[in-house]
Amino acid sequence: MLTSFWHWYVVIITVVTILGCFWLLQWTKGVSNRDESEDGAGTTGHVWDEDLVELNNPLPRWWLQLFYITIAFAFIYLILFGGLGNIPGVLNWSQEGQYEAEMQSALEAQEEIFARYREMDNATLIADADANATGQRLFANNCAMCHGSDGRGARGFPNLTDDDWLYGRSYDMVMQAINNGRQGAMPVMVGGLDDAAISDLVVYVQSMSGQKADAAMAARGKKSFDMLCVACHGVDGSGNQALGSPRLNDDIWLYGGEPETIRTTLVEGRNGMMPAFEDVLSEDHRRLIAAYVLSLSE
Amino acid sequence: MTYNDKVVKQFVIATILWGIVGMLVGVIIAAQLWMPALNLDIPWLTYGRLRPLHTNAVIFAFGGSGLIGTSLYVVQRTCHVRLISDKLASLVFWGWQIIIVAAAVTLPLGWTQGKEYAELEWPIDILITLVWVAYAVLFFGTIVKRRVSHIYVANWFYGAFILTIALLHIVNNLSMPVEIGKSYSIYTGTVDAMVQWWYGHNAVGFFLTAGFLGMMYYFVPKQAEGPVYSYRLSIVHFWALIAIYMWAGPHHLHYTALPNWVQSLGMIFSLILLAPSWGGMINGIMTLSGAWHKLRTDPVLKFMIVALSFYGMSTFEGPMMSIKTVNALSHYTDWTIGHVHSGALGWVAMMTIGSLYCLIPRLIGEKKMYSIKAIDIHFWTSTIGVVMYITSMWIAGVMQGLMWRAFNDDGTLTYSFVEALAATNPYYVVRLLGGLLFLSGMFFFAWNTWKTLGSKEMKPIPASEPADWGEHA
Repeated sequence: MLTSFWHWYVVIITVVTILGCFWLLQWTKGVSNRDESEDGAGTTGHVWDEDLVELNNPLPRWWLQLFYITIAFAFIYLILFGGLGNIPGVLNWSQEGQYEAEMQSALEAQEEIFARYREMDNATLIADADANATGQRLFANNCAMCHGSDGRGARGFPNLTDDDWLYGRSYDMVMQAINNGRQGAMPVMVGGLDDAAISDLVVYVQSMSGQKADAAMAARGKKSFDMLCVACHGVDGSGNQALGSPRLNDDIWLYGGEPETIRTTLVEGRNGMMPAFEDVLSEDHRRLIAAYVLSLSE
Repeated sequence: MTYNDKVVKQFVIATILWGIVGMLVGVIIAAQLWMPALNLDIPWLTYGRLRPLHTNAVIFAFGGSGLIGTSLYVVQRTCHVRLISDKLASLVFWGWQIIIVAAAVTLPLGWTQGKEYAELEWPIDILITLVWVAYAVLFFGTIVKRRVSHIYVANWFYGAFILTIALLHIVNNLSMPVEIGKSYSIYTGTVDAMVQWWYGHNAVGFFLTAGFLGMMYYFVPKQAEGPVYSYRLSIVHFWALIAIYMWAGPHHLHYTALPNWVQSLGMIFSLILLAPSWGGMINGIMTLSGAWHKLRTDPVLKFMIVALSFYGMSTFEGPMMSIKTVNALSHYTDWTIGHVHSGALGWVAMMTIGSLYCLIPRLIGEKKMYSIKAIDIHFWTSTIGVVMYITSMWIAGVMQGLMWRAFNDDGTLTYSFVEALAATNPYYVVRLLGGLLFLSGMFFFAWNTWKTLGSKEMKPIPASEPADWGEHA
């Protein structure tokens, strides 16, 4: 709400400006054709730059009426929809009101569809074709920018269609990720290692996933791994779903399994972040997305 | 006493040069929208940096040089005096060119205030202010010294343009510098958005409309060799235009955090703006009405009549797009881009080109360019280019608006964003071709100007004696 000074300021300059246009039209209609009597050509009698002269034809009637119509429209609109400071319109319209009314009617129209899904248990929902079709569209508009329109992910963004799950594959875990988001932080642990020792560690990590590796280097790297990495990734590199730490002894990589990438991961750490959707999407929608995501790896 | 046409010639050449550069950058970013890989993964060539370079180059380098150059030509001839100072004129020219070069360097480097059409950082903003004040002194000083009592209508519009741009530029760019290339606006949140679009829309209103109406009011009657249609129409549309434009900015912020009452005022004043805008179009077209037969032989007049037609069309389209219901569809789509270019290419560029074709031969005391045929080719490449540009963007924009709002029974969106983007791609190709056509015409312009002026010595042209004012003296 405007203070009363600014309210009246707005009201007065608005009305004065619009009425000023009206007055200008009335006044200009009367601007005389000064030299008409003298030379009969209907010019104003002024000449610039040798040959520039002005006639003084009357304002075109259709144009004048167009002007009046827009002025009349302005007042009618202000009365119906408001605009003069704090004075509300007769229709009591606001964009917030329009939004709420449209959302309300949309919710009512969709209630039948979502009531059916609400009655389903999770397993039924995951198997329901209609639910998955809706879930797929919600996924396309909320999740696909990171996880891909087919859910196969991208560098740094997990593939949702395979059987490798950072936090475990269950409805509750997926729902938890959607609701609260995830922080996939890997700290830098190699601060005390020299360059050669880091290279050894890289080779050992490579060897865990079955890549060809220099056995001597891997053996040296294992010592560092057992000291620095096992707490999260486990003795055999199986990862830990309770922490969301990735499994290293398979050929699935979140950021990449090439030596340079592994090295970057070790030296710089990683900070994956999935945003929380609890305040963004309704529970009905979040459930359908979770069910759709699980259906991808059924 | 002679006219200072040296500074005019300098600005004419700058206009053509920056026109080619600005439009070339436009073509490059149009190509990038079609095929994003064309940024070649070089940061300086990415869309986000080249887009402001394009808008600044075409509006302030091409349009600005055209406006300043023609205004200095017009003010001398309609006041029957030489500019008050040759040194000041030179300062304005070189100052403006330094600003343009600074913009062309800093924008690709990523220096930006993040305000559309006001991206340039504070050191350049200060330089703009100084040069603009020098320009205002030069222009109004010459008006003060005039040897006729009445101020010709073109000068009202140029004058309004100069005064208002000074006001807009200073208010919108008030900021707190933190280092040479970075500052923070003194406004926050919604107020910042409102100040920005008060500036943005009035940059359209006073730079791209009032300034070019000034150009129109001199060069259209000059080229048509006929009288201006109606003096009183020019009075009413001048005052109504400058009074109403000031209010229209909020239509850029429909359905946002801007309070409802401000949006309402923005919309109704945008609608009232229709008639004052059309007043200028009527006065221009009716001034040409005695000279219709000349359109067969004079492509310069063709440029002017088409420019006025695009002016009328885009000033009808603008008020319509400011209606909330229409805006809900058109906002954020390429329809807006099409609308801007029907004004910027159709009106601003074509009026500038037509006016310069009228002006350039007169700098050497002649009335015609070297090649009329080349003007005709330029006219058709420009016209077809604009039509391809705006029709493709209309279709693309309406399609995007409809795709974005389409939803299914379950409330989900029918199309994801990327589907709308993919559907737009063919129209980006058509737009690119339209832009290329428009750009190609500019090379005929440059060649023709070179042939007209290149070998000729400029002899000082004596200021014409004012006509006998009789009782009005």
